[in-house]
Amino acid sequence: MDMMNVYLVAALAPLAGALIAGLFGRQIGRAGAHWVTIVGVAVSMVASAIVFHDVMQGGLFNGTVYTWATVGGLQLEVGFLIDQLSATMMLVVTSVSLMVHIYTIGYMADDPGYQRFFSYISLFTFSMMMLVMSNNFLQLFFGWEAVGLVSYLLIGFWYKKPTAIYANLKAFLVNRVGDFGFILGIALVFVYFGSLDYAEVFALAPEKAGEYTGIGTGVQWPLITAICICLFVGAMGKSAQFPLHVWLPDSMEGPTPISALIHAATMVTAGIFMVARMSPLYELSETALSLVLIVGAITALFMGLLGIVQNDVKRVVAYSTLSQLGYMTVALGASAYSVAIFHLMTHAFFKALLFLAAGSVIIGMHHDQDMRNMGGLRRKMPITWIVSLLGSLALIGFPFFAGFYSKETIIEAVHLSQTPGAGVAWLALTVGVFVTALYTFRMYFLVFEGKPRYEEGGASQAGHDDGHDHHGPLDPHESPGVVWWPLVALAVPSVIIGAIAIEPLLFGGFFGESIMVSAERDVVAIVGEHFHGWLAMGLHGFATLPFWLAMAGVALAWFLYLHRPDLPGKIKQAAQPLFTLLDQKYYMDRFNDWFFAGGARSLGRGLWRFGDVGIIDGLFVNGSAKVVGWFAGIARKFQSGFVYHYAFTMIIGVFVLLTWWFLRI
Amino acid sequence: MFGLAPLSTVVWLPIVAGIVVLLTGSDRNAAAARWLALVGAVLGFIVALPLWTGFDRAMSGMQFEELHPWIETFNINYHLGIDGISLLLILLNCFTTVLVVIAGWSVIRTRVSQYMAAFLILSGMMNGVFSSLDAALFYVFFEATLIPMFIIIGVWGGPNRVYAALKFFLYTLLGSLLTLVALIYLYNASGGSFSLLDYYGTPIPLAAQVLVFMAFFAAFAVKVPMWPVHTWLPDAHVEAPTGGSVVLAAIMLKLGAYGFIRLSLPIVPDASQHLAPLVIGLSLVAVVYIGLVALVQSDMKKLIAYSSISHMGFVTLGIFIFNPQGMQGAVIQMVSHGFVSGALFLCVGVLYDRVHSRQIADYGGVVNRMPVFAAFFMLFAMANAGLPGTSGFVGEFLVIMGTMSVNFWFTLAAASTLIFGAAYTLWMYKRVVFGEVANEKVAALSDVNGREIFVLGLLAAVVLFIGLYPKPLTDVLNVSVTALLEHVAVSKL
Repeated sequence: MDMMNVYLVAALAPLAGALIAGLFGRQIGRAGAHWVTIVGVAVSMVASAIVFHDVMQGGLFNGTVYTWATVGGLQLEVGFLIDQLSATMMLVVTSVSLMVHIYTIGYMADDPGYQRFFSYISLFTFSMMMLVMSNNFLQLFFGWEAVGLVSYLLIGFWYKKPTAIYANLKAFLVNRVGDFGFILGIALVFVYFGSLDYAEVFALAPEKAGEYTGIGTGVQWPLITAICICLFVGAMGKSAQFPLHVWLPDSMEGPTPISALIHAATMVTAGIFMVARMSPLYELSETALSLVLIVGAITALFMGLLGIVQNDVKRVVAYSTLSQLGYMTVALGASAYSVAIFHLMTHAFFKALLFLAAGSVIIGMHHDQDMRNMGGLRRKMPITWIVSLLGSLALIGFPFFAGFYSKETIIEAVHLSQTPGAGVAWLALTVGVFVTALYTFRMYFLVFEGKPRYEEGGASQAGHDDGHDHHGPLDPHESPGVVWWPLVALAVPSVIIGAIAIEPLLFGGFFGESIMVSAERDVVAIVGEHFHGWLAMGLHGFATLPFWLAMAGVALAWFLYLHRPDLPGKIKQAAQPLFTLLDQKYYMDRFNDWFFAGGARSLGRGLWRFGDVGIIDGLFVNGSAKVVGWFAGIARKFQSGFVYHYAFTMIIGVFVLLTWWFLRI
Repeated sequence: MFGLAPLSTVVWLPIVAGIVVLLTGSDRNAAAARWLALVGAVLGFIVALPLWTGFDRAMSGMQFEELHPWIETFNINYHLGIDGISLLLILLNCFTTVLVVIAGWSVIRTRVSQYMAAFLILSGMMNGVFSSLDAALFYVFFEATLIPMFIIIGVWGGPNRVYAALKFFLYTLLGSLLTLVALIYLYNASGGSFSLLDYYGTPIPLAAQVLVFMAFFAAFAVKVPMWPVHTWLPDAHVEAPTGGSVVLAAIMLKLGAYGFIRLSLPIVPDASQHLAPLVIGLSLVAVVYIGLVALVQSDMKKLIAYSSISHMGFVTLGIFIFNPQGMQGAVIQMVSHGFVSGALFLCVGVLYDRVHSRQIADYGGVVNRMPVFAAFFMLFAMANAGLPGTSGFVGEFLVIMGTMSVNFWFTLAAASTLIFGAAYTLWMYKRVVFGEVANEKVAALSDVNGREIFVLGLLAAVVLFIGLYPKPLTDVLNVSVTALLEHVAVSKL
């Protein structure tokens, strides 16, 4: 059982780091905190690499760590399922996490909450590891909520900022809406499968495919569909799919390293991972797959559109993340689970890169995040510029870059898919390619190309809201080594991982048993028939529709934001209603604030005032006390102290009794 | 211990200790009263430990039984005994008493000996409720607990304490008087016995079962409290001193739920099954309705009080769905709620001792001055919101699992606590703890001292331990719960 120790080290090393940095932060100091957590995550990454290697050699594992509880003869356990899927995720999570840890040394250098921050991100890494390594639904839910907790803590890391503490509450509650569905799904599994263990549930699933739920509902639902949809609601929360996406843009209030780690690379992909993990269930329900497909398509296109009108550099990347998560979700809906995981992986690298690069720009701009105040930074920050360009090219799917291989395969897979809704989804994704290129290069041109706007833009013009007011003339310069080294380290996989990994990962049967696709839906296999190596695919990439759409997007961005910078304003004026709709994020935040938050408060106030205070206390409790008091008040009058009153009452009493007695007879 | 039976020791040691503390008299001997009370409370906890270690987890039925005649004319016996369910509640009670004594250490400055004695005596009485196997004995202990709590609220309470104390007393007394009627009926029906174990085997016609059930229900529903007889609780909590709130939430509310488990279910199983929809309905109303009401409270204690009612809704729900997940979940929820709500009341107490306000609006940015406190408060807030890894999750999770095997819509309503619980707890947390320092009073705050860290740290450790490893609890409960459910499944008509 020596591998068991490796698994435990992989999971627990970050926890140890988090506990030391969190509980003894004051004693070990700032350097101590970052060293202990970085060592913890590095150890975890090495362990993950060993596990990955072992899995490649066929070293699969499914077993219990400890029994959590025994209920009614059923064991609820904490355990690990180590297979190709979890090993891949472990490697992605720990490597991105390690880069983010190192980067944080530079980014948070002056922050008073330095130790706390390191403690949180290591705790996050632990939670995420427990999530991906789980072999049962209970532990999945544990990890699921734990990453949510750390996300909450980190979005509100700057707890004095009103926007940050609004955003973290919102994030937690919206995620809880998802978890509400998620736990219902888990409960359905528990009741109908009598187990929460993946292997047992998946083994039983084919038998249960024809069953219906009928517990006191009056409505008969196909069991697997109900389970899959409930679970997917959880994924919609965690992976920010429409309409539960609203928390993710606001989560940018947190420090940039966590935007990269949690809100781009790892946590938000938990939903994608979960659905891929549940592929033996989802494959049994076309309805659920169709829903997944459509929700993903809506998210991919409409969130991308919002990216076009954002001026905050982090928010552009955030909407881009939403859109890319939509791509992954569509892949899941098309039964191309392996492609979704592939895109998850490439996206983790290039999106972490883009976020961290954005963070580097923000450092250079002295914490100004408004792109309207930037421009021409390529000469000032050459390394950041290069890696950003590489990341942008990966994002828009430029041939040979990592994002190209994954995104292209998703689009092809959806094109081939027979799942209802696939046609619309394909259209949305294809248009989405154009949109992606447009917002990505709008950002790129506004930040790095053209003339600097920050010298002209003083404090009076600054249209940002981060509370920093010290914007005189700026002299941006390249960030320190601890900041740009992780960028370079992430840039390498952002460029090459797609070309390297596509063949083994998608067409080499890499995922083995860990992902199950039924034969009639196996679109990835069809894509594989036309696959002739990464080189051929890359070359062919120059001749596809998505490529030309992407080029059109880049060209449009160039035309609007470099060539004719006066035009966007005019377009905005001409298309005012459309712009307002996008600027207001389709009015969803307002609606939620008004309907759900406001509605719940009004309802609560109404129930309290009317129900508790009015009827229960007012009418019944204090009312009955008043009635007693009133009776007592009357009764007291009888006790007057005059003998003739008593005598008279007695005579009446005797009279009444006698009358009654006589009448009775 | 000293030749005394273990259960009797657990019941009477705190009461004797309380009387000794009383004897220290006036506030000139306050220090002696405090130390004596602490010794008594700690001893009370220590003598309860053999129950845990000596408890046979594989045995169904009562353990540590003691049986002595008490009032022979009516065949009333001094009959004690516990199963796994009572065991956990007794331990919870003894543990909480220690914390309450420490928490009141420097805060209570008037009538110290009486204050400490009230808690010790109350603790012994509640152990009596949890271990009585004789109906008359149970009833005496059950009613007697009202007196110390009435005094605690009425003497050391807030400005509106008389109203709150009276409301508490009358509300709960009215309910339990009907129980006495039911017990007298059962005395006759069982051929002249007050033994609960005899009642378990007594056949009763359905109509009578329903009446007995309703009589019990009147007492226990008020105590839990269930909607709509819950309105005494927010008032009692708001006016009670911190220690009173802690014991009220942590232990006293459990007397009602324990009554359902020990009396209603096994004595009138058919009526319990028949009327379960009513109880489940009221429980779900508690979860949803009270969850919404908690959201809009402006007083922290009131908010936590409403949150308590909502969480107790999970307990009654779990009890009345009649499956192992539900029942175990309910008991664990009781234990967890004891720790979590107790901890939250202590947290509010920490703030109240410094600022003398319970209004959320009077705070803001507390974390800037009290980071250690904020971390504890966060943990307990998350436990209250049912976060996995804390004890708050275990019970809710099990009850949700159990409810799903009964009805999907019930589960849907119950699971909404995931959203409401998080909303009211974290919204309060945000307004109190996060943000810029709101006013001079907050600016003048000092972080928790060693005594407070000790109390909160102990609770934090327990909350995390149960969340990560509830198996010791479920092991104790498993056999008892299975036996109970098997008994309930057999008709007594």
